[in-house]
Amino acid sequence: MKRQLLVLGAGTAGTMIVNKLRRKLPAGEWDITVVDRDDVHPYQPGYLFLPFGTYTPDQITRPRRDQLPKGVDFVIGDVDRVDAAANIVTLADGRSLAYDYLVIASGTSPRPDQTPGMLGAEWRRSIFDFYTFEGAKTLATALEGFDHGRLVVHITDMPIKCPVAPLEFTFLAEAWLRGKGLRDRVEIVYVTPLPGAFTKPVASEHLGAMLEERKIHVESDFLVEHIDVETKTLVSYDEREVPFDLLVTVPLNMGADFVERSGLGDELNYVPVDKHTLQSKAFANVFAVGDSSDIPTSKAGSVAHFSVEVFVDNFLQLIDGKPMTGSFDGHANCFIESGDGKGLLIDFNYDIEPLTGTYPLPVAGPLALLKETRRNHLGKLAFRWIYWNVLLPGRPLPLPAHMSMLGKTAATTHPKEM
Amino acid sequence: MPVTTLAGRPIQVNDEGFLTDPTEWDEDLGTALASAIGITLSDEHWKAIHFLRDDFAEKGETATLRRISTKGGIPVKQLFALFPQKPAKKMAYVAGLPKPHGCV
Repeated sequence: MKRQLLVLGAGTAGTMIVNKLRRKLPAGEWDITVVDRDDVHPYQPGYLFLPFGTYTPDQITRPRRDQLPKGVDFVIGDVDRVDAAANIVTLADGRSLAYDYLVIASGTSPRPDQTPGMLGAEWRRSIFDFYTFEGAKTLATALEGFDHGRLVVHITDMPIKCPVAPLEFTFLAEAWLRGKGLRDRVEIVYVTPLPGAFTKPVASEHLGAMLEERKIHVESDFLVEHIDVETKTLVSYDEREVPFDLLVTVPLNMGADFVERSGLGDELNYVPVDKHTLQSKAFANVFAVGDSSDIPTSKAGSVAHFSVEVFVDNFLQLIDGKPMTGSFDGHANCFIESGDGKGLLIDFNYDIEPLTGTYPLPVAGPLALLKETRRNHLGKLAFRWIYWNVLLPGRPLPLPAHMSMLGKTAATTHPKEM
Repeated sequence: MPVTTLAGRPIQVNDEGFLTDPTEWDEDLGTALASAIGITLSDEHWKAIHFLRDDFAEKGETATLRRISTKGGIPVKQLFALFPQKPAKKMAYVAGLPKPHGCV
């Protein structure tokens, strides 16, 4: 009897996994099935550029099927629930899929329905998100017509997918307004539940200084309770108010609802896993890879990439009856667009925050860490090609999965007052 | 690691004053830590602190505000009233637990 590997989600993590594992698992012994609700694979980092007209819609989506290898069954359907005790997944249309091993790679999604007032009369009139294709596209139109007032960029709560994207959007919007000669007529406010511009001290200091240079006001420790649609105001739990003319918000991010229905999730529908192996804490034949797990690092394609490499090697050991020896360290790196054709790069893991230095090679780089350069911006643009042609097909990218401290400058910030 | 004296005994803390060993904590210490940041603990405060301690013992992570609200049954609004401005950080401090993960 052939063994069944079932992957829920054909996004970044799921696609990489089936591409890598189809090459390793003999077709005579293993069936691989991947389920997704549709056949559109978005290049999500591209959403950031849609509002500013840098990319056209057709540059950032491709059929999911075309990214999958031969010998993998692609099933389109909504997952109803996972019965992890019985090793069966049921789809909403009644089909059921049995598995020996299950990989949950169903990601995380913005949920504007979770904040009262967000989905009200102003949704996509003066309130926009840019983490969805529709949101980014309608925001492009709104920005075209925006020539004065208060632009508020807002994060509902952490964790969010690509936590640097709201900062990037802010930098890009500031540069774009300046380019149109409108900067003096627009007040920009950055509203965050964090105590500063970013989560970790060194990066927060650098990025905070960049916001200050650009005269962008930061409203920190702001946890939104509701949006007053009448007065167009964000209201926090401690009753602070931030009025807006144009609100670009990052709604609460949550894992898939089927995770919750299946009793496999935490309070945000993320699957609790061992942070080094991504194995479910409840079921040894279930893994959660990519944004769907509760590991304490960024929800980002970069984490999916580095963790998939560790997962695939571990999985091959596991099915051979050996102990899993790979240990994911939370490694990620991200380009951060800063406007005016420049960008930064950050590199970090579970224990080491983003630091200054060079990447991927000590001193030689060629990419500078935590520093605005033209080359980092070009790196970001080049990454779209790498994503479709190297990353998703699971071809080797010459970057180590584990983080290196070589060439980095150790942290020198001081603790702040509570 | 610095050592400080709280509730009449030496306690290991990090450079932000958070306990580095959660097992050194007891309720006397909780009271002392709270008063160090200007909070007098009421029954409502204790309910939140006890939830954090119990949840940490089970999960090994400091609960987020959302978790305290959904699993512990204390509304976020009330947490802001009990521990003003930075409830997540202040609760962890008083409960002798690590700061909640600000996920990167």
